[in-house]
Amino acid sequence: MSASADIWVFAELAGGKIADVVFELLGKGCALKADRGAGSRLCAVVLGCGIDATLTDPLLSAGADVVYVVDDRVLADYEPVVYSEALTQLIRKYGPEVLLAGATAIGRAFLARVAANCGTGLTADCTGLEMAVSARSGTDGRPLLYQTRPAFGGNILATILTPETRPQMATVRPGVFRRCLVRRQGKFAGTIVRERLNLAEPPTRIVERVQRAEGVDLGRAEVIVAGGRGLRCAENFGLLQRLAARLGGEVAASRAAVDAGWVPAARQVGQTGRTVAPRLYLCFGISGAIQHLEGIRGAEHIIAVNSDPDAPIFNVADLGIVGDALEILPRLIEELGHD
Amino acid sequence: MAKRDFTINDIICGMRIAVCIKQVPDTTSVRIDPVTNTLMREGVVSVTNPFDLQALEQALVLKDALAAEVTVISMGPPQAAEALRDSLARGADRAFLVSSRAFGGADTLATAYTLAQTLRIVYGNDALPELMLFGQQAVDGDTAQVGPGVSACLDVPLVTYVRRLEILPDGSGFRARTSFDDGERMVEGRFPVVMTVGKDAAQARFASLFGTMSARTVEIPVLDETAIHAEAARLGLNGSPTKVMAIASPPVKTRGKVLPWDGDARELVCSIRAAVARKGQS
Repeated sequence: MSASADIWVFAELAGGKIADVVFELLGKGCALKADRGAGSRLCAVVLGCGIDATLTDPLLSAGADVVYVVDDRVLADYEPVVYSEALTQLIRKYGPEVLLAGATAIGRAFLARVAANCGTGLTADCTGLEMAVSARSGTDGRPLLYQTRPAFGGNILATILTPETRPQMATVRPGVFRRCLVRRQGKFAGTIVRERLNLAEPPTRIVERVQRAEGVDLGRAEVIVAGGRGLRCAENFGLLQRLAARLGGEVAASRAAVDAGWVPAARQVGQTGRTVAPRLYLCFGISGAIQHLEGIRGAEHIIAVNSDPDAPIFNVADLGIVGDALEILPRLIEELGHD
Repeated sequence: MAKRDFTINDIICGMRIAVCIKQVPDTTSVRIDPVTNTLMREGVVSVTNPFDLQALEQALVLKDALAAEVTVISMGPPQAAEALRDSLARGADRAFLVSSRAFGGADTLATAYTLAQTLRIVYGNDALPELMLFGQQAVDGDTAQVGPGVSACLDVPLVTYVRRLEILPDGSGFRARTSFDDGERMVEGRFPVVMTVGKDAAQARFASLFGTMSARTVEIPVLDETAIHAEAARLGLNGSPTKVMAIASPPVKTRGKVLPWDGDARELVCSIRAAVARKGQS
């Protein structure tokens, strides 16, 4: 395997476009490239079928120096074996230093296969990534990728290195890093490299596809209004909907409310639901179990209403109101209606 | 990869399912010491990873329907035998504990190698079971990497986040309903296959009294590195490319204001308006 100092980002496609998380990773990748120094380049890898400039241009303008494209009929749909084989072949050819991907259902699964193929390490769900020189850097003093991730339901943070094997691989959940706002002006400076690989037919095939009925993506919501057991019944989530509508936000729920059947599972926030990173997380009747707090760690501002003054949610809230959610909600809706 | 052709008879008469399970601390019982900000180990109960129990349930449903043979495998310290016993009580047919000091400190790659090697030894390299099931992730590590890693080590197909699973009528393969970020996909393929079972799959059944009684006395074979013919360099801490450098408590957010509700929504409204106004600025 050859070796380079390059930082790679897997450019996952979602709905025929480059997924948002890819731009967040390219933003982080720019910083990692600078800290790695010495001829390091930022590269994006696109796997698919019928990949044209509408897909590659945004990657170049987001800072990619090189975009590797593997355009092949067998890559038309994501398939774990074929995708991991394609990426493994590229890695063996170019030997990147770092490989980042979104911690999506797709990224986490096939990256784990790629890591096993390459005999290297993969750190899931990183919340921090930095290049720095370590005692483990070796004689050449090259910086290593410090990968920080939560474990035990977010109760501890572990810092992990992959000192010897390459690439150093990590996945990052959507919304953890902010997308880079500095865009390259004018002509795209990067280059597109089209690769032809020898790939086998996929061993599994998709026979049916059901898009999520409700077009809700809590991971992207700027404002989230959430409810829990304290709302007492499904009907009361109507109040949350009215409040969310006034604030231009999305309705979400704790596991308790989803398990009670009050709210569809797609709106569950927490360790077993969605991880969210809104500007405002406004929650009613949610006590704040560890699993729930894990899902809202990325929230910028948290406002909580709960009748129990000892509810753990108040430990993380920027503003807490001790009171009955069902009394406060109508008042809020009324007050905000005066816009 | 060794190819094996299955006939309908093979499947109907002798479908074999391996379920890999992990014993984990019950995260709902995990508490943080308010003074030292560290994990409080006392009073933490060990349970079978809830996702793994859903994988087991999937296997037991197929056992009920097709008389499949269900084997549970767990890599862990000696006390992980309790988790295996619990699986036997719920209806699994046999269990193996993969345990040795040499496995200590394994990251997901070393764990995947160890489990892949175990599956090869338990079933034979040319006779991998039709289905190898894992929970989608373990609630302590949350990586979701071990199942996919095993599929790579064994060079067999992978299907992740499975919610429903059925065997094709002719027994030649499976059809699985799987979850993705943007919706669901129905996936078909052939055996053998590694699957990770997702959170929306059926919940695990309870152990019967008879099952609990008979599981109590079952001898659970313990497999170490010699038994699974493992390469020492690929095991435990030495075989783990990732190294944990530091463990820290997450930075504690300063606690904000907590006020009693006095019937006046204005302060709340101001705070909400301020937060919403910041939206879109960065």
